[in-house]
Amino acid sequence: MIGRHKHCLGLADYARSEIEEVLDLAVSMKEVLRRPIKKVPSLRGKSVVNLFFEASTRTRSSFEVAAKVLSADALNWAASTSSVTKGETLIDTAKNLEAMRPDVLVIRHSAGGAPGLVADHVRCAVISAGDGAHEHPSQGLLDCFTLREKLGPLDGRTVTIVGDITHSRVARSDLYGLARLGAKVRLCGPPTMIPPGIESFGASVGFDLRQAVEGADAVIMLRIQHERIGDPLIPGTREYSRFWGLSARKAAEWLTPECLVMHPGPINRGVELEPEVADGARSVILDQVENGVAVRMALLYLLAGGHEEARA
Amino acid sequence: MNRTDIERALQRLAREVADRAREEGGASSLAIVGIRRGGVHLAQRLQRELAGLLGAPPPLGTMDIALYRDDLDAKGAAPVVGPTDVRFPIDGKRILLVDDVLYTGRTVRAALDELVDFGRPRRVWLLVLVDRGGRELPIQADFVGERLAVADGDDVQVRLTEGGAAEDAVVVSPRRAT
Repeated sequence: MIGRHKHCLGLADYARSEIEEVLDLAVSMKEVLRRPIKKVPSLRGKSVVNLFFEASTRTRSSFEVAAKVLSADALNWAASTSSVTKGETLIDTAKNLEAMRPDVLVIRHSAGGAPGLVADHVRCAVISAGDGAHEHPSQGLLDCFTLREKLGPLDGRTVTIVGDITHSRVARSDLYGLARLGAKVRLCGPPTMIPPGIESFGASVGFDLRQAVEGADAVIMLRIQHERIGDPLIPGTREYSRFWGLSARKAAEWLTPECLVMHPGPINRGVELEPEVADGARSVILDQVENGVAVRMALLYLLAGGHEEARA
Repeated sequence: MNRTDIERALQRLAREVADRAREEGGASSLAIVGIRRGGVHLAQRLQRELAGLLGAPPPLGTMDIALYRDDLDAKGAAPVVGPTDVRFPIDGKRILLVDDVLYTGRTVRAALDELVDFGRPRRVWLLVLVDRGGRELPIQADFVGERLAVADGDDVQVRLTEGGAAEDAVVVSPRRAT
């Protein structure tokens, strides 16, 4: 359980205390990752099934490593090599996997809400590893963790998220998480990529990159979600890059010296981020990856631990 | 035990530990690990005492054993995990494990398992302020402040000023009605 929650489907309905519970625990989990023997026995005998209907390298291996460090058994299941190609439905697949008695199902799916639908049909805990353009809660948590680790408490800090906000599940989870922790969130991108009304979730919206990053404590750059875009929303990636990409020159001139640069990956180098910035001194992109394992360990520990009756 | 009892017990325990370490010729390889949360402040006090006796403070670490518990499946939410901080290499060291109360022995079992995940100590000693009996595992302490005979289920608490108590004390209270 995480506070009131049996599952982790999104941060929209997570309270500040529930987010902080995960982040505080992740601090201890990160210490485990840095030990000579990176293994603790806490989830011995538990099993975690990674159910991925969409391509992923970082998130899937991150959940797998997290499960293994906690001594849980991890089973990886990719839709491309499964009976889904023979026409099996999502719920049938999930119920069949559940018959193998996993303690946690980690689901990535191209349809928003798919993990929530599965959660209604299975008894085990469900974690969304990214569903459509809905949410990517573990990414939101690891971004909050990374920022908190680098900046201290986030109350009053300013974080700018730049890019394809409409199609980005990361932007949504980041926005909910950061706003809950007291940060001021600015969203920036082409007008066609910013959903109308998003201000009501506590963010300010701008279309000019220079204004949006002015005085920011951190900038989160996003990839254009080509796979989720039907009609073209921008004339081309070169024009996108000119207005909303972060080049070394813009970073030097527009960002404060302390401003951090983050990216959830995969990076389209030269489009949203120039390599000099992605690999530069202010980049914490690889910290995000390491912290991702710690945060996912915390999620698995909280959701797989405890007794059935306590979870009900 | 009151404040003076606890102070005297810790001074005596520190002397015993120092003598034992010298006997084995390993005073320089001594290191202290306090088990969270009750053992941490005691370990800090012992470190100060031992610094005086040995000429230099032995390295001090803290361990949280929540990830090594054997009752994660018991009813209730998953136990809170606190920080573990062991910054020195423990290979070849003589480790003094410190806890406040020794009861079933399950915490110490978990602590031993966690400790060996950091390396291979030369020797491990266990020091507790209070041994209240009631062991469920074959574990005994090498250094004991005081043995208390209390009924099974009674609550034994070591309250220290570092933990927010007005005055150091060991408090025994009867089993709470559940």
